[in-house]
Amino acid sequence: MEKERIANRYKVLIIGGSAGSLEVLMELLPGLDILPSFAIVLVLHRKNAEDSTLEELISYKTSIPVMDVEDKTALLPGFMYIAPSDYHLLFEADNTLSLDTSEKINYSRPSIDVSFESAAEVYGPGLAAILLSGANADGTEGLLAVQNAGGTVIVQLPETAQMPFMPSNAISNTNPHYVLDVDGIHQFITNMNS
Amino acid sequence: MINDRELELLINEVFEYHGFDFSGYSRASLKRRVDRLYQLDGFKSVGEMLSRVRTEPEYFKRMIEEITVNVTEMFRDPLFYKVLREEIIPVLATKPFIRIWHAGCASGEEVYSMAILLQEANLLHKSLMYATDINPLVLQTAKKGIFPLQMMKQYSENYRISGGKKDFSDYYTANYGFAKFGSDFTAKMVFSEHSLVSDGSFNEFDLILCRNVLIYFDKELQDRAFTLFDDSLAKLGYLALGTKETLKFSSLQKTYTQHNKDKIWKKKE
Repeated sequence: MEKERIANRYKVLIIGGSAGSLEVLMELLPGLDILPSFAIVLVLHRKNAEDSTLEELISYKTSIPVMDVEDKTALLPGFMYIAPSDYHLLFEADNTLSLDTSEKINYSRPSIDVSFESAAEVYGPGLAAILLSGANADGTEGLLAVQNAGGTVIVQLPETAQMPFMPSNAISNTNPHYVLDVDGIHQFITNMNS
Repeated sequence: MINDRELELLINEVFEYHGFDFSGYSRASLKRRVDRLYQLDGFKSVGEMLSRVRTEPEYFKRMIEEITVNVTEMFRDPLFYKVLREEIIPVLATKPFIRIWHAGCASGEEVYSMAILLQEANLLHKSLMYATDINPLVLQTAKKGIFPLQMMKQYSENYRISGGKKDFSDYYTANYGFAKFGSDFTAKMVFSEHSLVSDGSFNEFDLILCRNVLIYFDKELQDRAFTLFDDSLAKLGYLALGTKETLKFSSLQKTYTQHNKDKIWKKKE
């Protein structure tokens, strides 16, 4: 019993990134098989556009099914979700996603901080959060919230990031459990809940 | 940070003392907004916040203004406006009189966008736009039709993407950093306070727009709003929602037909 409980620690993996993070995902995603025990949520800074190019691009690179995020979309293990442009993505206690068009945070909507904080509140220790490349301070506050809620904090090794500012800023202001290059991140994700 | 129990306490007190019912609001967003206000106003305890909300009507007003989300823009999601312009308005044009309701209009940018579309279709003279919100302060801004000049560059670009062919700056006069839209528009608008939580239907409309409002409601309150819209829509009338909102899974799904893949649904006969 105890073993099983530990094995299913993670409910959600949330990944935040800005400039230079898409390249990381393009490298990371093709190597991931379907991960049936937790949901993956991507929060990327993206252009305010109505098209779904990012969703298409990511779907093309992964065997994990990508669900369209709308208001109150159910968050299910085994699926991937991408924060839509021009909305903040929030987590409800009943395992649904909700959206918010309030002010930009760190010049961003979706903001990584907003989603990380909200996910931390709902999932606590059942959350793993990874912050990737970026040139903005978004994500640091969110990782702090994840850390304080007992979740696992992972930051991309800044030397391997196209834009090291975002991961560096997070490392200086939090105590990440892991600082990893892309291979390390891949390893971590594949071993989650196993 | 306020906790879940404190948030429920606040919701109860607000209802008891002021009659505003936030119990059907999505918690994640509501909590974030309340937390933000708590920090903004430098409260030292939740008790202190509750006491101000209870005893100071002026503070309660501020709370309503700050926890409701009033972010909007002209021709927000320009491609949505392109569909309105090219496919929906030509259908409405055949009516002797066009009634439109903007539910949750905030500071009114989308109402003025609609007025521009109607004018360009030569329909403004026979149209009336009702615009409602629960927040009286934003309605005051909406009534004036005065928006920050610095936004006009983006609005003009949105207008162009929506299929607008004119010089957008012809629609307003610029003065002291503000853009004022013409009184020919405001003459066709009626602004009033209305709550989707507690108020009922007040007229029959050919088009209802409620964009990025329902995302703040839970399923139950969404269904109340949908019923209200259904009661307020004429046969073959249209209901338009935000980019990420849907009529799917609601009680109205069977009696409405979605317009292509757009967030516009038509009421069946």
